[in-house]
Amino acid sequence: MFAGFMINAWTVATIVAVIAGVVGFFVVLRGSAFPAHAIPNGAFAGAAGASLVGVSTLAGLGVFAVLAALGIGALGRRGRHDVVTALALVVMLALGALFLSQTTEYEPQIFSLLFGEVLGVASNEILPVAALGVVCIAAVVILYRPLVLSSVVPDIGEAQGVSSQRMEMAFLVVVALATAMTVPVVGALLIFSLMIGPPAAARSFTNRPPVAILLSVAIALVTVWAAIAVSFVTDWPIGFFVGVLGALSYGVGRAWAAWRRTRTVRPGTARPETARPEPAGAVAQG
Amino acid sequence: MHWVFEPGFFSSGPVQVACAVGSIVAVVSGVVGVFTVMRGQSFAGHSLADVATAGGSGAFLAGINPLFGFVAGGVAGAGAMEMMGVRRARGRDLATGIVLGASIGLAALFLYLGTTRSSTTGASQQILFGSIFSVAGSTVPIVAVLSVLCLAIMALVHRPLLLSSVSIDMAAARGVRVRVVGLLYMLALALAVGLSSLAIGAILSTALLIGPAAIALRLTKRIGWAMLTASLTGAGAILLGVLLAYDSYDWSSTHAYWPVSFFIVVIIFLGYLVTELPFVRTAAARRGDDTATVTERGR
Repeated sequence: MFAGFMINAWTVATIVAVIAGVVGFFVVLRGSAFPAHAIPNGAFAGAAGASLVGVSTLAGLGVFAVLAALGIGALGRRGRHDVVTALALVVMLALGALFLSQTTEYEPQIFSLLFGEVLGVASNEILPVAALGVVCIAAVVILYRPLVLSSVVPDIGEAQGVSSQRMEMAFLVVVALATAMTVPVVGALLIFSLMIGPPAAARSFTNRPPVAILLSVAIALVTVWAAIAVSFVTDWPIGFFVGVLGALSYGVGRAWAAWRRTRTVRPGTARPETARPEPAGAVAQG
Repeated sequence: MHWVFEPGFFSSGPVQVACAVGSIVAVVSGVVGVFTVMRGQSFAGHSLADVATAGGSGAFLAGINPLFGFVAGGVAGAGAMEMMGVRRARGRDLATGIVLGASIGLAALFLYLGTTRSSTTGASQQILFGSIFSVAGSTVPIVAVLSVLCLAIMALVHRPLLLSSVSIDMAAARGVRVRVVGLLYMLALALAVGLSSLAIGAILSTALLIGPAAIALRLTKRIGWAMLTASLTGAGAILLGVLLAYDSYDWSSTHAYWPVSFFIVVIIFLGYLVTELPFVRTAAARRGDDTATVTERGR
């Protein structure tokens, strides 16, 4: 599984996991679950269109994903946000289906674009993918403070001159770029799991953003590496493992948080180790 | 006129089945969809569709009619979501998303195993994107029965559901069994999702559930009219989509049909965009339908 051609897969997978872990943290923080699910479908349509027209898949992914993000951001401001997101999501899927139906490779292409493909990135695409990844991370670093502000306390952010709407648009574009890189490997329908499972789990373990982000990346890395390894051995689609492992990490996080609550002495006590020792089975106060 | 209705359209068997199934499904989706949009449950509705995807794929793997898989998946998903019942909206979104992801992953596995086992082509695209033209004539009675069941549930619960959608506390104070109503509604939603998955594919079925309902609710605030408008809009989109798909055979020299689901989804989307046009919005607001707003009827 570490043969020459698989080195690409491992490299790209690592990049994918880092991006998903970082961007996903903010997706969870901002509660942008639905847009994060919709935008990858724009990437799907773009990749399908690129395959039909014969241009670089990465270009198709990127352009359409960004267009989808801008569209959702713009339309969402006026109509009901969740309705618009739902409709945009399916339109892009349908568009992708149309493009693919006009090619000859309908079935396998649908499958790999939607559910992931371990060898989804060619060697000549690794550098662009890495570059896009750097851009994403840089954007998050630059926008870190205003982004956290507008995510957690938007009113205070507005008072400090951080426009919620502009942050939302900027954030959606970052999500678009992140999904453009990750879709070829993990699949348009499953990248969402990678972007919310690990970060949600990380947030169950810690409240401090920098630590949570690192933990989120770590969990994402384990998820993707395990998915590739098992997919390589069993030949089962990588998307299956990402979906299941994402759910697993989320579940573990929830279980941990629930267990922690039963150990809390007083409401507001964050860490059990600083509380007075209680006999086992102490009743929860919070 | 024959360039609109290509030769053989009205006499084609698959077309007739498609129109019949499509119309029935449109009514069900319109009625249930109005409540889904009103309750802000578009994401939940979409996630149910993804669980239905897993169900349909599983049915395909097992070799049974996908419709049963779609419905079973929808019901299982509805049950899971009711059980998870996280209070805070964000927590609920996350949990919903996780269920969605795991279901899609399962669907991927089932489809992969199914296609390698039986070496049938085109199964993935049928389950995911649907092909109303390939619905067997024998499925029509099942569709009819399930639709009647769904509409019966809705007839039973639509009043208390309306009340509890507006204000849960008011409904409970009035003696409405809020939990039971919620569960029945989820069952109706699962049925609607399952049926529309058959028509336009599992991952596109959200369009039929949400789109016409959203259009209707932009044009009128009265639930009865909204359900009617949504049903007619959905049926119109399906019938027009069937027609266009049939005609698309002759559009290019390669003679490849364009997917009918594509047309249906795009028509619905365009319909929604039309309601965004300034003069449509002011006309609807000015029509004085606001005298019977949702909140007032709940009183």
